[in-house]
Amino acid sequence: MAAAEFRDAATRALADPQLRANFRRAMDGLMTKRAAMFADRDEWTALRSLGAAVRARSLLQLPELLERLEAKLTENGVHVHWAETVDQGNAIFKQILSRHDATRLVKGKSMVSEEIGLNHALEADGIEVIEADLGEYIIQLDHEKPSHIIMPAIHKNKQQIARLFSQKIKDAAYTEDVDRLTGLARQVLRRKFAEADAGVSGVNVAVAETGTLVLVENEGNGRMCTTIPKLHIAVMGLEKVVERLEEVPPVLSLLTRSATAQPITTYVNMITGPRRPGEKDGPEEVHLVILDNGRSRVFADPQLRNTLRCIRCGACMNHCPVYTRVGGHAYPGVYPGPIGKILTPQILGMDVAGDLPHASSLCNACVEVCPVEIPIASLLVRLRGEAIRPEPGAVKGAGSHADPTEAWTWRGWALAYRVPALYRLTTFLLTRFGWALPGRMPLLKEWTSVRSRPRFASQTLHELARREKVSNQ
Amino acid sequence: MDHSPNPSHPEKVYFFGTCVVDLFFPAAGLAGIKLLQAAGLEVIFPQGQSCCGQPAYNSGFLDEARAVAWSQIKLFSKDYPVILPSGSCAGMMKKHYPSLFRGRPEQAEAEDFAARVYELTQFLVDVLDMKFDDLGEPTKVTWHPSCHSMREMGVGDQPKSLLRQLSKVELVELPRERECCGFGGTFSVRQPEVSAAMVTDKIDAIAETGAEMVVSGDCGCLLNIGGALEKAESRAHPKHIAEFLWERTHGRR
Ligand code: SF4
Repeated sequence: MAAAEFRDAATRALADPQLRANFRRAMDGLMTKRAAMFADRDEWTALRSLGAAVRARSLLQLPELLERLEAKLTENGVHVHWAETVDQGNAIFKQILSRHDATRLVKGKSMVSEEIGLNHALEADGIEVIEADLGEYIIQLDHEKPSHIIMPAIHKNKQQIARLFSQKIKDAAYTEDVDRLTGLARQVLRRKFAEADAGVSGVNVAVAETGTLVLVENEGNGRMCTTIPKLHIAVMGLEKVVERLEEVPPVLSLLTRSATAQPITTYVNMITGPRRPGEKDGPEEVHLVILDNGRSRVFADPQLRNTLRCIRCGACMNHCPVYTRVGGHAYPGVYPGPIGKILTPQILGMDVAGDLPHASSLCNACVEVCPVEIPIASLLVRLRGEAIRPEPGAVKGAGSHADPTEAWTWRGWALAYRVPALYRLTTFLLTRFGWALPGRMPLLKEWTSVRSRPRFASQTLHELARREKVSNQ
Repeated sequence: MDHSPNPSHPEKVYFFGTCVVDLFFPAAGLAGIKLLQAAGLEVIFPQGQSCCGQPAYNSGFLDEARAVAWSQIKLFSKDYPVILPSGSCAGMMKKHYPSLFRGRPEQAEAEDFAARVYELTQFLVDVLDMKFDDLGEPTKVTWHPSCHSMREMGVGDQPKSLLRQLSKVELVELPRERECCGFGGTFSVRQPEVSAAMVTDKIDAIAETGAEMVVSGDCGCLLNIGGALEKAESRAHPKHIAEFLWERTHGRR
């Protein structure tokens, strides 16, 4: 089960000093840079409310906006495909590629392509997929999954990348010089761009009124993937749509400042269709695959729907004290950190990832920085409840963690804490005999791994207040 | 100690001690009561009180949390402020009670109650504008702001401003002070390894400051940090801000 999986993986990560140092350094840097970007509190508050409102409004009219988006894209000459499941998503890719006899792909960064396991599915059919984003390229060489949604190779330091390149790239000499490392990757990728039959990209925002696919990136690989090959296939989750073009700037501003502390990325691609007659570049054919994979179900619940506001900026993980210590590979699914803790259980089901919402101290650091005001902590609590509810509910696999012993314990707790005489008895017994609780009993054992045993006071505050004659009402 | 009379001073306040204070830090609770009494207020401590319900709420047992929450609300029915020596329990009552009772017959009463909830230092500074004379020995302390006091109750500089009033107390800033100590209630035992890593980093940061005491407004954090400090045989000790203020300004009693 994912719960034990996370705990085990987290424990392993905690024991890796290199990994912990890499994350700590990287997250400290990202937090400092982001804070500088939003130093003007009023501006931050205003922009954030605007961003949250744009996303909330888009979701409110999601079905309608998706229809408009499809109509407009079709009018622009883009082929739109709907994938309800991961398998359907991959099947659509395969169909398009086989129609074009495409066997070599270059791919820009796309978390949705990770979500459907695209590389794996295509490679099984003998199709070569090359990650063109530097970070993604690095982890592809090492057969890893992204450890961060924006900086997929953030778990590696320079030396580790240097070693990897010298082992995996043909004729590459060992170097720790960042420019030369980048140069090595560029050399390989340039050739791949030129040879590719198709380019794959993600989408940051899709605009319904104009049928525009917006894609931000810093390396130019996204531009290459979407302009050089004859065929471009974009893939996105169905929540990515907004209504109007004018809603894009606030969303992008929040995204890039929250993610990488940039006022704007080096490249902002706005794609409205294939190459038109007379144009000198651009793909001859453009497709958009829109993925559901459980999102409709998330959408159907008014509270859980807020999960879909996410613009994938990564700020929540950068500020998460848990993520900072264990890194992204400890999380099941492809989305790590706080967003993963609310999204993954809903996508994979509570039966698979139902304990993930408990991998949080509810410190609210994520809530404080989320640029679209997703109430992550409240959603974590909601999902904790969904996991143990006695009957199935809104969320896939709800109720799968229901445990009669736990339920009775809380029922007993509520009784003792609701009835003053029982509460008084409970606290009397604990303050007088709490020392006798066996040190090896569950909970106490976990607690004392790095802490001394909590010592009950000899008298409760209730008793002290009575002694001091503090009035009772 | 004196305090400037403030027309918006209430005459009576309720005190909600919290279950962690009740069982582990009753002296902190009593010190909170005495600080309020010293400001000339009549403090009411309903003896039927127990817990804000947060443990059950955070575990997903909303019916149980609601039952306990409602039993508390009924005990604090008069229109007096409700003061808590805990940002986390105050956050539960102020922020989560309204949503816990939304759409139920108890909603209005729960909202009225939530609106009267204050975290202790917020009340001491923002409402009472309390002034203190330091009677203690020179010492060096650091402040640990709890996550919920900052992010749910919006407590900012108030506790530190109180500590800065104490002339013989040197306040050293805790590195990464806004980072969680790893308590998180059930989190500390459901994810004990991650929680342990967090509290270990926290006590290392405390050691770095050279402070003799880590002062905080939340006893959950103090239970966690204090336990780790003790196990590591650190020289720093945990102390609730109410108790610290009371001891420095009125001596030990
Ligand atoms: S949940 Fe918020 S902070 Fe986290 S990635 Fe999504 S938008 Fe960014």
